[in-house]
Parts: sequence; C-alpha cells; structure tokens
Amino acid sequence: MMETTAAKSLIGTRKPHLADTSFHISLFVAGAIVVVVLASILLIMFLGGRQAFETFGIGFIWSTEWNPVTSIYGALPAITGTLITALLAIVIAWPIGFGIAFFLTEICPRALRAPLGIAIELLAAIPSIVYGMWGFFVLAPFMSESVQPWLTEVFAWIPPLGDSFFWFSAPPLGVGLMTASLVLAVMILPFIAATTRDVMLSTPQLLKDGAYAMGATRWESLTGVVIPAVRGSLFGAVFLGLGRALGETMAVVFVIGNATRMPDSLYAPSASIASVVANNFPEAETGSIQLAALLGLGFILFVVSFGVLALARLLLRQERMA
Amino acid sequence: MDAVSRGFAGLSLDVFTKSMSSTGTGGGLANAIVGSLIQVGIGSMIGAPLGMMVGVYLSEVGKTSRFASIVRFVNDILLSAPSVLIGLFVYQIAVAPFKGFSGIAGAIALALLAMPVVARTTEDILRLVPQAYRDGAIALGSRENEVVRKVVLPAAFGGILTGILLAVARIAGETAPLIFTSLGNSNWSTDLTKPMASLPIAIYRYAGSPSADLIQLAWTGALLITVGVLLLNVISRISLAAVKRGQS
Repeated sequence: MMETTAAKSLIGTRKPHLADTSFHISLFVAGAIVVVVLASILLIMFLGGRQAFETFGIGFIWSTEWNPVTSIYGALPAITGTLITALLAIVIAWPIGFGIAFFLTEICPRALRAPLGIAIELLAAIPSIVYGMWGFFVLAPFMSESVQPWLTEVFAWIPPLGDSFFWFSAPPLGVGLMTASLVLAVMILPFIAATTRDVMLSTPQLLKDGAYAMGATRWESLTGVVIPAVRGSLFGAVFLGLGRALGETMAVVFVIGNATRMPDSLYAPSASIASVVANNFPEAETGSIQLAALLGLGFILFVVSFGVLALARLLLRQERMA
Repeated sequence: MDAVSRGFAGLSLDVFTKSMSSTGTGGGLANAIVGSLIQVGIGSMIGAPLGMMVGVYLSEVGKTSRFASIVRFVNDILLSAPSVLIGLFVYQIAVAPFKGFSGIAGAIALALLAMPVVARTTEDILRLVPQAYRDGAIALGSRENEVVRKVVLPAAFGGILTGILLAVARIAGETAPLIFTSLGNSNWSTDLTKPMASLPIAIYRYAGSPSADLIQLAWTGALLITVGVLLLNVISRISLAAVKRGQS
C-alpha cells in the first residue's frame, strides 16, 4: 500500500505521546508473539526429541525399525509413508486442480464462475476428519473390492511391475498407502484448485487480450502468456498443497492402516509421521523414550514442512494469497 | 464428497442433541457439543484479539519494515503448519508440566491455530481501507492510536469480523491438536482443568469403534460439524463480499 509521505512526515514531527507509545509497544509485542510461537515450537520439539536422537544417534532418521515392545525407534518407515502419500497425492491432485482452475478462469460461463468458485472454497473448508471418515467407510471398501483387484490384474501383464516389486502386488486390504494418497488428493484438490485459480486471475488482463489480439487460442494464451507470467506462483500453490498433505493427520490416520514398517507395496498398510504421532501418543508416557521418539518425529516433520511452506511463500510472495 | 452427505444425511438428529453419551451403546453427543463450544469459544477469545493486533501491526505500524516482513512470513508459515505439531507443542508446555489433560490446554491449542488466520485476514482487510481516511484523521489532529482505533478499525469492522468467523470455522473442525490437549471425555464436564469432550474427538473415537450405534453417532457428529463449518463459511463469505463491494 502506498504511503502518503506528507502524512508520514507530519506524524514524525509530533512529540511521542504515552498513548501512542503504549499502542506501538503492545502491537509490536503481538507481532513478536507470532515469531516466538514458531521458534518455541521448533525448540520444544527439538528438546523433547533430543532423548531419541541421543539414544539412537542421528541414525534415528534412517533406521527402519519401529518397535514399541523392544523400545527401538527409527523414523524411516514414517518418513517414507509421509513422503509417498504426500507426493502421490500431489501428482494426482495437481493436474486436476490445474484443469479446474483453467476451466474456472477461461472457459466457464461468467455467471457460473462465482458459484463454482465458492463451492470449491467450501469443499476446502470441510474438516479433514470428515474426509478421513469418508475414506474409511466409503473409499476403502471400494478400493479393496473393486479398484485394487482390478489394478493387480492389469499390472500383472507388465513383467517388471507384475510381481515382487513395490507397487500393486500385495493383498488388497483397502487401507494403505494408495487409499491414503487418494483421500489426501481429494482433500487438497479444492485447495490447489482455489489457489491456482487465484494465481491465474492475477495475470493482467492486458497480457491475455494481447495474446487474443494476435490470434492465439485460449490454450495458446494459457501456455504462452498466463503460465509464463505466473510460473513461480503456480509452483507456490503446489508446494502449499504439498505442505498440507505432509502434515495432514486425521484424513490419513483413518485409511493408512497404521502399520509402522517399511512399505513393500502401495496396498500395504503403512504410516505417516502425523499418523504415527497421533496413534502412538495415547500409549506414550511422559518422559518415556517413546514420547521422545514421537517428538523427534514431530521435529523432523516440522523441519520438512517448514522448508516446503517457506519455499511456497517465497514463490507466492509477489501475489500474496491464501 | 456428496457421497458423504448422502451417507449421513439419512441418520437424522434424534435425541442426541439432548442426551449424554455413555461408554456403551446409545447416548448422544451433548457433552461433546458443549465441550466443543467451550473450547472453540475460549480459543477464539484468546486467538482473535491477538491475531487482530498482529494484523494491525502489519498493516498500520510495521508495514514494510524488516521485522514486519519476518512476522508476516512467520505468520504465513504458522497459517499452514501441521496442526498435529501445534497439539504436541501445547502438550509439552501446558499438559505435561501440569500432569493432566485439560480443556484449557485444548483452548490454547485452538487459539494458536486461530491467531494466524485472524492476523492474515485483518491485515488484508485493513489494506482495503482508503489511505484518505487515515490522512483525513491525521489532518484533524488525531494521534496515531486514535487514527487506528477510531477511524481505520471501525471502517474495517465487518471484514475483520468475517476473518474471525473464518478462524472459528477452521478451529471448530480441528481434531488432531485436541488429541494431545483436552483428550476427550465421555462424561459431562465443564471443568476447564479436566479432560474435556469435543465433537471432533467424539467422532474420531466413535468412528473407530465396532458398535454400529456409535458409528452412527460419529456420522451424525460429522454431519453437525460439517454443516456448522460450512454455515460459518457461507455467512462470512457473503459478508466479506459485501464489505469489499462497499470499499473498493
């Protein structure tokens, strides 16, 4: 926002007043609280998880065993599950979200744009536990009865994918990495669509008019003008969605199967950092090594999502949007 | 998602809004609803004023200064930070030291989630207030705090209220942070120092139970929460559109 320099210099010439000083200080403190909260989350996670890092060394991060019975904790299964589900969700949701955004900004009849846009924003506002329940009671049975057996048959024809390897070979339980990724994708889809639409709307109309005047089609205007103009922000929207998917708990905990071991198939019950933390927490006593391991996991998740979100915000910086 | 609404729209509201839930079958969600209202209420009462102050700081005082840029950046990160981590954090600072889960800890966690939402919308709305309002107030001899309190904030009141409603909608559906803080409670309790029930936790517990009755209750809870959250969103979006139309 432009600052009127005349008004600014007038403020400067006045003697500071107690009311103004305390006003400034209280607002400054409020701003400082935001920074302090973030810093203390990082610090508390680190201090709480320190015991885990001390006991298991830095290998805590890549140890594959998570066994509460023998009190051996390694983070890799949860990290793997988190990364696979979040990335898969983005891969599924991004193209569709992008398509929806393109439709809403360029193709959709003008009268329908606002209602459809609001509908998408409302979908994004539905609490994640509701997505989780839907995944557990509706999607998971459907996956295990119809989709997964079918996929197994299809991929059985392709030798490297058919058997032994990672993908579609395990018994179709319904709950597991694949279903969790799908629920996450459904959940972040409206979010990505809304953010991408806002980014596309921020392209100056003049640029698009120019493209049309040169005889470009809508598609050519999109690929030749809109996308190059807002490329950074488009990636920002994706990373914002990724940040959501990484830390999502309730939508995942219902459908991932909650087995903290290295996944050997996309059908296999697995776990993400957030689901492990939520699931193991009720058994973890204060001061126990298990709680320390959970806090250590929290620390890892914090660092990863901080990185992703910071990148997203830097990419989105010019436009500044939800 | 309409599969969801169809799924539980059939399970209509019977007695549950009145009766209390018990450990066995049957019962209702009344204590969970009240617990949610209490925690969301207190959470908003802490988080909303704090968030407003942050928003005012960013828009009216800090502006483009270095510290304000940091606060803005950190606030944006907090806005999308995983809510499990907020829960774990509040567990470490407000549950573990006092050796007990409590409704107030749940409210604190929700406040931390509401604050960045309110801060963000407040800043955005205050930026829509025409600079001429501020200049006019200064020309009339107002002090800086008077400019903000008597001119800028009243002009943006509707928009800020909208932001608060959005924040309330967001925290009303939060489940993960409450697992670590207010824990949930199957009995009637309004004692803030004791574990407290909440709608999302009740849904989480009941959805995972083997009893068909309780699963039914979980769907009803999910319906209540979805309708509540969507209503808050619709109301706030309608009023926000009105505010923006009036100002730009």
